Amino acid sequence: MLRYFLKRLLAGFICLLGVSIIIFVAVRLSGDVTELLLPEDATQEDFTRLRAELGLDKPIPVQYVIFLKNACQGNFGRSTRWMRPALELVLTRLPATFELGIVAFLFAISLGLLAGVTAATHRGKWIEQVVRLGALCGQSMPSFWIGIMLMLIVGVQLHLLPTSGRGGFSHIILPAITLGAFSMASQSRLTRSSMLNVLGADYIKMARLKGNPERTVIWKHALKNASIPIVTLAGFQLADVIGRAVIVETVFAWPGLGKLIIDAVYARDYAVVQAGVGLLSTIYVFINIGVDLLYGFLDPQIRYE
Amino acid sequence: MKRFLRIARELPITAMLLLFPVLICGLFGQCFAPHDATLINPSLALRAPSWLTGQGWTYILGTDYLGRDVLSRVILGARSTLIVSVIGVVCAGVIGVFIGLFSGYLGGRFDLIIMRLVDMQMSMPAILLALLISAAMGAGLTAVIVVIAIVFWTQYARVVRGETLSVKQRDFVVMARVEGCSSRRILVKHIVPHVIDSAVVIATLQLGTAVMLEAALSFLGLGVQPPTVAWGKMIAEARLYIATAWWLPTFPGITIMVTVLGANLWGDWLRDKLDPKLRQI
Repeated sequence: MLRYFLKRLLAGFICLLGVSIIIFVAVRLSGDVTELLLPEDATQEDFTRLRAELGLDKPIPVQYVIFLKNACQGNFGRSTRWMRPALELVLTRLPATFELGIVAFLFAISLGLLAGVTAATHRGKWIEQVVRLGALCGQSMPSFWIGIMLMLIVGVQLHLLPTSGRGGFSHIILPAITLGAFSMASQSRLTRSSMLNVLGADYIKMARLKGNPERTVIWKHALKNASIPIVTLAGFQLADVIGRAVIVETVFAWPGLGKLIIDAVYARDYAVVQAGVGLLSTIYVFINIGVDLLYGFLDPQIRYE
Repeated sequence: MKRFLRIARELPITAMLLLFPVLICGLFGQCFAPHDATLINPSLALRAPSWLTGQGWTYILGTDYLGRDVLSRVILGARSTLIVSVIGVVCAGVIGVFIGLFSGYLGGRFDLIIMRLVDMQMSMPAILLALLISAAMGAGLTAVIVVIAIVFWTQYARVVRGETLSVKQRDFVVMARVEGCSSRRILVKHIVPHVIDSAVVIATLQLGTAVMLEAALSFLGLGVQPPTVAWGKMIAEARLYIATAWWLPTFPGITIMVTVLGANLWGDWLRDKLDPKLRQI
């Protein structure tokens, strides 16, 4: 178990190394930073001096090593737009993203589970059709559109909830629904199918025969046995939600990491793009490692090789 | 042939009904779009759908903030969406299938490096990767195709590699090698036919996701640029007017949903027909 954990951790770090290369290459391809930093009437010497100052005159591999060394020390450079260290800026925005991500995740998982179990226990009834149709549509709507339609209906027409910014609990409802919709749809589909696989099993018949109330049979016996694929998907969805927050935060002007990255892309503020993408990818990798390990705890039959 | 006839008899009607209009709009949109989709006419700006206001059938879905006909724009938007997502998915498929085949067939160090590369790329949220590539390449049609190809090739590579590994050890491949077939012949004649079904299924399933990604990028302003019409861009432009013009975001969004839903249903159906073991992905 420990061996597997260490191995998985090592693989995670190798992945992050790959991510750092992707970030480095992408930013290098984006054009000459010095043109953005210097005023239009700068002379050739100014350019040469700035390039030397930023280390841009060194060979590319050397530049990468310097970039990596700095990144490991948390130094991604200074934001050209906010005039603050990029990492500091990114970290101040992180709590907002976590808040949104976790609320959306909890909303999606609980409702998805409920819908999926209901659909599985009401086979052939209208409610199953409603859940299936809802899930299919939920997986087909782009999140930014869900967000705008919610703003339009709930915010603008009905004046029920605020449509932008971060504040009390009422501010988080619409962004969380928007962000969670896709996960909820996938979760309910998977829950339904894995519950259907389990509900026909002999031990469920046995549990019923013993006189357990139907509620106990479904929520305890059946759901427990159907839970492995459900929990796995839920874990990946937590990672996914953090990734997709980028767009939802932009729609609702939610002051999180995603919005910061998008704004930085527009402003060509590469230090912030690097720090933000680096941090988000790190979180993503570690959530995925966590899910892999959790999987082993849930199903002791799985042997780590 | 028989197999295809059998499949044709059970075609997914819903998926076809959803996708067919989109396909027609993409191919022949200019021929029947009621107005010029890029014609700016400020005196007609922000008109509500004409059947609601009782003004007949001139601007059925209303006009946008520059007086352009929403229906025509929705029709013409199908073209860029289809071009970008179909070409992108096909590129991803070709790259992924090739790499997966070689990775599985050759094995060894090449395989190890490729699979590490796949892992590395998958350890990044797709949208962030897409953002980085668009930032590096600038916005535009080619950029979005490249984004889709890069984001989606890994799935083919993984599945095709796995299948190649298992097919490689089957008796008929071993026999072919004993008979003296070249590696190229073995790959083309004996292995490709076994992995192509999965690749087709993955491509169809990815089509919906590709449409969503394209829409998201053009929503962020990183997709195809005006005057080319894109649904995501239309929704982005509508954000400023949602208090007054509900029809601006509504109709392009419904079209995206219909397209993605059609593609997903089609993909699900094809998967169940051709390759049910892909259900997990």
